[in-house]
Amino acid sequence: MPEKRKHKKKSTSKKRLPRKIEKSKTIIEISEMHKWFGSFHVLKDINLRISAGEKIVICGPSGSGKSTLIRCINRLEEHQRGQIFVDGMELTDDLKGIELVRSEVGMVFQQFNLFPHLTVLENCSLALVWVRNLPKSEAEDIALKYLERVKIPEQAQKYPGQLSGGQQQRVAIARSLCMNPKIMLFDEPTSALDPEMIKEVLDVMIELAETGMTMLVVTHEMGFATAVADRVIFMDDGQIIEQNNPKDFFEKPKHKRTKLFLSQILAH
Amino acid sequence: MNNFEHQSLPPPRSEIGLLGWLRKNLFSSLSNTILTVVAIGFLLWLLPPLFEWAILDSIWMADSRKECWAKMEVPEGAACWAFIKDRLGLFVYGFYPMDQRWRVDLSFILLICAIFCVLYEKLPGRKFGLMFAIAFPFITGWLLIGGLGLELIETDKFGGIMLTLIIGVTGISFSLPIGIILALGRRSNMPVLKSLCVMFIEFIRGVPLIALLFIASTMLNFFLPPGTQFDLLMRVLIMVTLFSAAYIAEVVRGGLQGIPTGQYEAADALGLTYFKAHWLIILPQALKISIPGIVNTFIGLYKDTTLVIIIGLLDPLGIGRASLSDAVWAGLAKEVYLFVAIFFFICCFAMSRYSLWLEKRLSTEN
Repeated sequence: MPEKRKHKKKSTSKKRLPRKIEKSKTIIEISEMHKWFGSFHVLKDINLRISAGEKIVICGPSGSGKSTLIRCINRLEEHQRGQIFVDGMELTDDLKGIELVRSEVGMVFQQFNLFPHLTVLENCSLALVWVRNLPKSEAEDIALKYLERVKIPEQAQKYPGQLSGGQQQRVAIARSLCMNPKIMLFDEPTSALDPEMIKEVLDVMIELAETGMTMLVVTHEMGFATAVADRVIFMDDGQIIEQNNPKDFFEKPKHKRTKLFLSQILAH
Repeated sequence: MNNFEHQSLPPPRSEIGLLGWLRKNLFSSLSNTILTVVAIGFLLWLLPPLFEWAILDSIWMADSRKECWAKMEVPEGAACWAFIKDRLGLFVYGFYPMDQRWRVDLSFILLICAIFCVLYEKLPGRKFGLMFAIAFPFITGWLLIGGLGLELIETDKFGGIMLTLIIGVTGISFSLPIGIILALGRRSNMPVLKSLCVMFIEFIRGVPLIALLFIASTMLNFFLPPGTQFDLLMRVLIMVTLFSAAYIAEVVRGGLQGIPTGQYEAADALGLTYFKAHWLIILPQALKISIPGIVNTFIGLYKDTTLVIIIGLLDPLGIGRASLSDAVWAGLAKEVYLFVAIFFFICCFAMSRYSLWLEKRLSTEN
């Protein structure tokens, strides 16, 4: 009887959301991971387990290794010791495996990194055509759908250079979402934006969080962390110092360095 | 009525119209005025006599230098274009047999079509145009050299404008892809590949083209099995292509260095492979930055084709020099060199204009 019920549940969920992953399933697992830049030990003994659908905010002083950590997850940076599993696949030198992982993991950069020689629509449909091998018209339909979701379908034919910073970052989010990723990485997505544009980007990210996407966000937007995060991770000097749910993290920080950091960023 | 808001007024009269432009650009200060006057004086001194010499008084119909000069008011006082007219066939076709010249003409027409297909993007059915452009070198090679039903013509009969175009077009169209590959190789992470590319580029850049052409005409035989006949023109084509490829490689490398790492990372993060990322993201941007340098190299290559005279091939300049030794026409050097100069100028100026147009068209900023 339980067997049957389980089966039934699985099939219905499959029908509704083809990519739905059970909540408790581990989607990223990092164990005893170290990384060096030359002789500089930038990440030290990182252990992290992230469940599907979890929203993680990573904060810490600059140079603490938080960007490097999330860049290791899609192997923009190579780790030298330890293991990283993404969706059950270990990251190794195998190029095919890396490309597969990258097509399942979306990334949004601080500097947007849109392709300036392509229109907004081409930016979004490019990977669908060349990585997913979809026909151009289908790729553009999908791209338009996601541009609507980030509320800029009317800019589809413009070039990135003609958009404001906030609009560019929303296009960058749409570009990643087009690939229907299982995980989204955000590397300080609002740090390069003028203050009045930060909100429009955060709104898009909050909406995305509500859809159940697994998100890792490096940011200093503590309001965003409180509203969205399941867990806040504090890093310093290449180590994970402390992690907790946002309420306890902000109200009852345990570690001295966490307290110092919070007092500094919350002071102004 | 008193209003706080200020209406937009038309600019003062001194700012608009021809007078405004003149004042602003030619007579804005004392030094500017002096420069303008001197420049106008220089043009007045130079242009009318030149115009008289080259056009008004020039002679177009004559059978020899003496007849030419006899027709002038002052002997040697004007251009004798009759000479160029008489030798035009030689200038264009070199020593290509008279009755086979239609093959060269056809190749010229095909070349113009191919160039148009490659350079003009809005052409309807451009896909077929590009396929034609890829097939063009083979079609033309067959047309010019012969075989398969056409009379065989030795490449030492090639000369003049036709030779310049063959070397120039081959060099330009093959050196760009080879140069790009060399540039990517030089930036590669693989040490062996990288040092091979660096060695090749540095060797070629460190040796004068003339030396390479001599190597092509004399030394290549040492490396080939005895008795192999390797066409001289073919050797020149290879050397000119490799020479300009090394320069293109450095120009493109400069362009590649201008691409922010974020572009590579964004392409990687989307799961694009090395080749797709370069083909779709990196090269289009790098080449756009490199256009002025690439065209500069191409213009240099095109003009360097005149150096083949040293190993015995006769380009327009060589034909001109050879014609001057003809006793019937000797002494008309000015006309010959001016004609050759005009030919090269037209080609190079066209390249320069095209590159400016292309830069403007590819600009994606307002």
